[in-house]
Amino acid sequence: MENQFSGEQKSSEVIVVTSGKGGVGKTTTSANLGTGLAKLGKKVCLIDTDIGLRNLDVVMGLENRIVYNLVDVVEGNCRVKQALIRDKRHPGLYLMPSAQTRDKSAVTPGQMIKVIDHLREQFDYIILDCPAGIEQGFQTAIAGADRAVIVTTPEVSAIRDADRIIGLLEANGLKQMDLLINRLRMDLIKRGDMMSSSDVIDILAVPLIGIVPDDENVVVSTNQGEPLVGSACPAGMAYSNVVQRVIGKEVPFLNFDKGISFWTKVTGVFHKN
Amino acid sequence: MKLFFRRKTSCQVAKDRLKILLISDRLNCSPEMMEMIKRDIAKVISKYMRIDAEHMEIQINTKGCKQGHGGKPSLTASIPIEAVQAKQG
Repeated sequence: MENQFSGEQKSSEVIVVTSGKGGVGKTTTSANLGTGLAKLGKKVCLIDTDIGLRNLDVVMGLENRIVYNLVDVVEGNCRVKQALIRDKRHPGLYLMPSAQTRDKSAVTPGQMIKVIDHLREQFDYIILDCPAGIEQGFQTAIAGADRAVIVTTPEVSAIRDADRIIGLLEANGLKQMDLLINRLRMDLIKRGDMMSSSDVIDILAVPLIGIVPDDENVVVSTNQGEPLVGSACPAGMAYSNVVQRVIGKEVPFLNFDKGISFWTKVTGVFHKN
Repeated sequence: MKLFFRRKTSCQVAKDRLKILLISDRLNCSPEMMEMIKRDIAKVISKYMRIDAEHMEIQINTKGCKQGHGGKPSLTASIPIEAVQAKQG
């Protein structure tokens, strides 16, 4: 583990994955983003900031290897390096798990910034999995972030919460925000029973970084504890493209429905840049 | 599902509801405050012309609207004028 860290200073990017509403796919997105960046050879640290309700460890399949956690680090029970779990499947990928038996008040925004600043020296990307809600846990998670990925689903409740989160991030001076629309269902959009990605962008007015279709493979991959980014399924391909856009590449948005109707093509559901 | 005629798709209903919902969320603007703004605007305009304060309307449009204003929400007032020079001099 020691030799994985070189002493050289790097300019790293700290990305917070947030949504406001729970259950829209923050943790899945964090896991896939981190794994995808590591697959490109980047040094990535995933931090689970959801204290008391940790989940990123199980989604990553690393739950059996936790010794120390984020709260141990801020309380000085261990060094930062000791709390980092190395993902053996992907060189350069590390996870800092959250504490399960504590609450959100265990880490303050100031402590979070200190931990992040320490990690910046060793990693290209630091991905923060934000808890749901807008209380202290959210404030702590966003404190040290350079940019945000806002996850939403095309539902009224998730979009409303995303709008609130966007307002709070702006108020906190976060400069770069991108929107990831999760769980799109082409069949419902075609029927007029689900908002399309362009509908959601019109409402939220935030640049789009990805559209991820509703895909049963996500459930399978979560069951197995292996993020599906890069695999040949709709969600796996969509997350690969999100990763490409995170590192600054321009990738066209996928068209998930091969048999897409003429009318949907005309309305340009997936052609919005 | 298509046995009966639907005027609006549920997607359109959702969009319309969200647009209204987000205006009040973003501005934190209560109906009482809107009423006060309306009354004050009517008072100022009445200094210069006779208006139909009963039928005036004010509303806030979201930044989602494609009407410009640099993407910011805008307040529009529609005030029926009864006589332009009524209160001059």
